[in-house]
Amino acid sequence: MTGIFVLAEHRQGQVRDITFEMLTKGRELAQKNGAELTAVLLGKDVKDHAKTLAEHANKVLILEDDKLENFNSEAYQKVLTHLMGEHKPLLTLIGHTSFGVELAPSLAVSLGVPLATDCIDIGYENETVTVTRQMYGGKVNATATFRKAQSYIATVRQATFQVKTEAPLNGQVVEVPSPLSEEVARKRFVQYVPPPPGGVDITAAPVLVGVGRGIKDVSNIPVVEELAKTLGGALACSRPIVDKGWLPTDRQVGSSGKTVKPKFYLALGISGAFQHVLGMKASDLIIAVNKDPKAPIFGVADYAVVEDLFKIVGPLKNKMQELKGQK
Amino acid sequence: MDIIVCVKHVPETAEADIKIDASGKGIEKSGLVFDINEWDDYALEEAVRLKEKFGGTVTAITLGSEEADATLRKCLARGADTAIRLWDQKFEGSDGFATAKILSKVVKSLPFNIILTGAQAGDDGYAVVGTMLAELLGIPHATMVKKIELEGEAAKLHRELEGGFEELLELKLPAVFAVSTGINEPRYVSIMGTRKAMQKEIKVVDLAGTGLSESDVGEAGSWIKVEKLYVPPVEKQAEFLKGSPDEIASKIAEILRTKGVL
Repeated sequence: MTGIFVLAEHRQGQVRDITFEMLTKGRELAQKNGAELTAVLLGKDVKDHAKTLAEHANKVLILEDDKLENFNSEAYQKVLTHLMGEHKPLLTLIGHTSFGVELAPSLAVSLGVPLATDCIDIGYENETVTVTRQMYGGKVNATATFRKAQSYIATVRQATFQVKTEAPLNGQVVEVPSPLSEEVARKRFVQYVPPPPGGVDITAAPVLVGVGRGIKDVSNIPVVEELAKTLGGALACSRPIVDKGWLPTDRQVGSSGKTVKPKFYLALGISGAFQHVLGMKASDLIIAVNKDPKAPIFGVADYAVVEDLFKIVGPLKNKMQELKGQK
Repeated sequence: MDIIVCVKHVPETAEADIKIDASGKGIEKSGLVFDINEWDDYALEEAVRLKEKFGGTVTAITLGSEEADATLRKCLARGADTAIRLWDQKFEGSDGFATAKILSKVVKSLPFNIILTGAQAGDDGYAVVGTMLAELLGIPHATMVKKIELEGEAAKLHRELEGGFEELLELKLPAVFAVSTGINEPRYVSIMGTRKAMQKEIKVVDLAGTGLSESDVGEAGSWIKVEKLYVPPVEKQAEFLKGSPDEIASKIAEILRTKGVL
């Protein structure tokens, strides 16, 4: 096996977790197959990042340019085309993140290198790269292979590979001159837009009632809100509820919303797409109510109730009020 | 402003019972309800809104067999002017890359300023077609788009990042925008609109019409080959609470008490 490239992802001065997750998986694959693991770092004034990455890779290629100050898929694509053409890694790992999905597909097409996206596992055996990915909203896993090629790209799902504490590799940091001659004219980064300041901080609530598609209609929101209050907590939700405008963005739990860790998370009518699960699976206690016995949410819950959520909400609220009354 | 919107006819699986078929490489489609891919629904709405604001046309395109006409009819009912379905037996098994190749050949012959599509599909979830299509056409792209504002030959876009953050970008047109869910609120269709849409013609383009060869499309033209499907193993085994709703409520209350949540 020839080398493995991991594209380091960083934003606003921070190396993002996905980078270390990919380096962990990359290290495992590289060690098993006697390959070299290279972290590729593009940016402006990112030498400190290079030092950090060197602990996790055999080599760090650092390429600095003012034009790489903020992520721009077109600038990244030009630079990676240059680096991948020169080093010819067998496998390049890129995060299946907002940056990664903007970059990887067009990079793959321009290089003619097969791409598999949103991978939750990657294997290498008998000179074949095999990936595992999910389909149908996480209800099915698929093992897939690439069309035979000299080189492959895989984008990796966030929070899939757990970062291990291992002996530092103390890789060599190699500075590479930038091949960029001019600014990318047709696509320009202007600024970051932070989320609007929210009225409710769901990350601070000890109890969260999370609602999903199963809530069916906006008119059902008050009923679950009341249950949340009775439980001494706040109402949160999965993405579809915010998309429909039924609850404001600050209530959204998941990769595109907030990461929460309450003492108790009650998931009502939430199927359990990984984006949501990512944001709540660290909760101390999870109880999920869903009509579908195969809902992926049951895979992370401590207790599961296969039932129409509306049949549970009323009795549970009454029970809680009853207990409160006894105190 | 001429807009092309690329849509996909997919099974609704969020609340459906999914069974892996006998081949082990696909799911059993019978009994599943098919509709426009959720992300594409928002792309369609965005296309129609831009047309309403700036004038021009909306062309809806899909790759799929005859059943996919239902999704194209929906597009027509919602405000698309024309609909094109790309289909040939040889297209069967196309992955995101093969799909993008087929789309690119057909789109090239149409006038457009903007191509819209969903950031991903609910079935295979590749999230690649829009971006690959842009690269094949040699035009810029943005995916996970949450807001589009047009100013002459340029667009100001909000792209979704993680944790509720967004980034503001400027792109030159023509371009491909792959949109996120929640970018707008898709409208309902009147019965009149649906009726009118039934009478419109859907143009069908086959392999010969694309100018591609057999080796460019279907499994032969794909990068990814699904070898096996299986039900994902659970991270932890939940304990199932059973009984009447009242009994379940009591059990939950007891759990909360013993775990010290109350």
